[in-house]
Amino acid sequence: MVGLAGNANVGKSVVFNQLTGLHQHVGNWPGKTVKKAEGTLVYGGYTIDVVDLPGIYSLSTYGLEEMVSREYIVVEHPDAIVNVVDASSLERNLFFTTQLMELEPHLIIALNQMDTAEKKGIRVNIERLSDLLNAPVVPMTATKNVGLMELMAEVVKLHEKQTPPVKPLSFGPEIEGVISKLAEDASSVETPYPHKWVAVKLLEGDEEMESISYKQMPQLRASVEEARRRIEGIHGHDATSALTSERYVVASRIASDVTTIVEPKRSRLANLEEASSNRVLGYVIMTLVVLGMFFSVFTFGDYVSRLLGQGFNILESAYYAAAGSGPLPSFIWNGLAGGLIAGTTIALPFIVPFYLALSLMEDSGYLARVAFLMDSLMHKIGLHGKGFIPMMLGFGCNVPAILGSNIMETERERLICAFVSSLVPCAARSIVIMGIVATYLGIGPAAALYLIDFILIFILGRIAFKTLPGEPVGLIMEMPAYKLPSAKITAQRTWFRLKDFVYEAFPIMVVGNLVIYLANALGLLNVAGWVLSPVTVLWLGLPVATGVVLIFGVLRKELTLILLASIMGTTNFALILTPAQMFVFAFVVMLYVPCVATIAVLAKEFGARKAALISVIEIFVAVSLGGIIFRILSLLGIH
Amino acid sequence: MSESVEEYLEAIYNFNEKGELAKNQNLSERLRVSPPSVTEMIKKLADEGLVTYEPYKGVLLTGKGTARAQKIVRKHRLLERFLHDTLGLKMEKVHEEACKLEHSISDEAAAALCDNLKSPMTCPDDGKPIPACTLETKDCMECKSAREVEGGKFKLLTQLSHLRPGEHGKVAFVRGGRSASRRIMDMGLCPGTSFRVENAAPFNGPIQISIRDTSLALGRELAETVFVEVESGATTISHFHTPIVV
Repeated sequence: MVGLAGNANVGKSVVFNQLTGLHQHVGNWPGKTVKKAEGTLVYGGYTIDVVDLPGIYSLSTYGLEEMVSREYIVVEHPDAIVNVVDASSLERNLFFTTQLMELEPHLIIALNQMDTAEKKGIRVNIERLSDLLNAPVVPMTATKNVGLMELMAEVVKLHEKQTPPVKPLSFGPEIEGVISKLAEDASSVETPYPHKWVAVKLLEGDEEMESISYKQMPQLRASVEEARRRIEGIHGHDATSALTSERYVVASRIASDVTTIVEPKRSRLANLEEASSNRVLGYVIMTLVVLGMFFSVFTFGDYVSRLLGQGFNILESAYYAAAGSGPLPSFIWNGLAGGLIAGTTIALPFIVPFYLALSLMEDSGYLARVAFLMDSLMHKIGLHGKGFIPMMLGFGCNVPAILGSNIMETERERLICAFVSSLVPCAARSIVIMGIVATYLGIGPAAALYLIDFILIFILGRIAFKTLPGEPVGLIMEMPAYKLPSAKITAQRTWFRLKDFVYEAFPIMVVGNLVIYLANALGLLNVAGWVLSPVTVLWLGLPVATGVVLIFGVLRKELTLILLASIMGTTNFALILTPAQMFVFAFVVMLYVPCVATIAVLAKEFGARKAALISVIEIFVAVSLGGIIFRILSLLGIH
Repeated sequence: MSESVEEYLEAIYNFNEKGELAKNQNLSERLRVSPPSVTEMIKKLADEGLVTYEPYKGVLLTGKGTARAQKIVRKHRLLERFLHDTLGLKMEKVHEEACKLEHSISDEAAAALCDNLKSPMTCPDDGKPIPACTLETKDCMECKSAREVEGGKFKLLTQLSHLRPGEHGKVAFVRGGRSASRRIMDMGLCPGTSFRVENAAPFNGPIQISIRDTSLALGRELAETVFVEVESGATTISHFHTPIVV
């Protein structure tokens, strides 16, 4: 078993994908919402299980990612920890390496992105680095598939030779003395972690270590405080800053020892980098990129979606011609295959190009610039800059928007981001707004609906931001240098994301479809329509038939339009709905509940409870405000 | 630093704080000096790397200028609090009185005053915020003991958020919540580290710095918790941040 560890943006997942290829699956860490990617490969007669640990900068417990990583390393005792290190920014990367070494794993350094380093004019002395760290170092360029075999050879060698684990590097002599003393005092505390590591974490005030240690040895608290005072005396800063600085000193010393700068030449991309974060030009470029992405995803998706729809229509008639009409063939087509067909025709055509675009933006480094430019605006709804991308994509389809919200750092931010994204009017909702309100009432009321929606996104976003527990996270991220994305890597990344989506979301869509189909067949839907009539008729002022329509709308929102027409027997909505009813109906459809595909991904990402909660909140908001709008319109004399 | 330089920096700070550039005319009215002498002084300040100046638009403090201005503005506003709250002077009088006293009070006395007034956040007459103290303490609780132990280290510091593109700085300390300050330090902004401000997004957006051979984006609210020593002057004025209300 091998664990891959390292900072974000060092090409760790590329290493993982190159190593394991198609033999991988993504799940969650037991009991945690953090993604766990696992895969297998066969090398030198061994079947090697590879785990991709989250991309992190430190092993302190401020996030689940850090917690998961350190627990994995000491509890599961992998045969090797491969620390993927960016050769072009060694100092920052080695900072993490020093922390990894304190956990005393069987360490191998994968010195990745050698090509980028070379372009920057950085030469690394591999043997020297290996000597200083006392661990094997393998130079590689994972995007070009260089060095991966050598890495695996090192893994096997490490295993066969029974190489002992690495020893942590030393801090400065005075601080080292304080730490060893404390480590001795803490040596009878029972944890799976090395004593020195426990001592360091206690000094840093690590909450998990404190609660474990002080429960076993309450008297340890005094030694820790004494040690902290001594460090503060030596260093002039509190223990946490002192230790962090010391680590960086070590990392920086090693980095400058092993690197020689040849010729720092300015790349062509550096100019582009400057232009794209410029205060004026940056926004122009961003608007063009985002709009371009939005329109290409949307038009391509729409085109393919229609094409697939037609294809399935032809298939449908062929099917009925062959199978004959009757309840059973209808059940098979509509009840069983319906969800699958809906997923294929509505969700996939939008998701594939979206994933492709997202992977491209991520791999090229542009995503970080967008986050940089949009940070202050996104703060207004309690998110930081990165949240802009998923929200923007929500206009096409909410499903990829919610999947995209995992670019946020914490669970709290991801949830807020997914929640506001599910309120963004997607293409299907736009069809309803356009088909009813814009067509019959004009563009003004349609624009009013969008405006109301944006205001609601703002208000509900703020409420979520205020009520959800946890500290808001400010933006702090590396701005990676631009690079040309490799086609293979981008395609790989797109494929893995897509596979993940299909496996998780499709079953829910199929089951959801089946349930509604059966309910309809048993006549329950008409009953439901009547049951809902106090809400639909009395409160919202809509015709009774809309109850059934709204239930079906959960499957896909544009279905409400089609269904309304078929139940009422006309496509001229002016005959069946008053202007006020049109407006209220479109408003409710816009907000009332995410569609089944969206609920499915919400459940996949955040669990069924939160998905249900979001749905209930949205139903509540849509219905209560819908009724209020109906009454305001009546007061204004609009019926 | 001469008293009049301090007065100028203070006046410019008062405009910049509101998100405005300080115009020659406004400065001349506020300081009761002729426009030509204002121009001359601005030139001098710009030469020293304390301000940047754009003709017809106005003056903006650099990080270095802000650090100096904050020190004096802090004393001014603390004195106003003291004169009003403790001595019971009339509101109209406190400003002028504080203007005179601010140049003679020592850093140490100002810190003691702050402590004595229970660390007020704003000044009494127009409710403007009192710039944060630049003692190396995590919070006010530590202030007194820090002063007792070492006599306090009053460096010329300001928050990273005040530095302009092109300025160099060195991290002094990070203030703020435990996990936030840890995150900042883990990303390489630990005490003693030098950096250069590369870029700043408009509308109070994040600041981009180069540090330890990499480029980092830092949200403004986080940049405000990082106290830095400014190392050299700024270059351009093109990155002025106008706050917008959305």
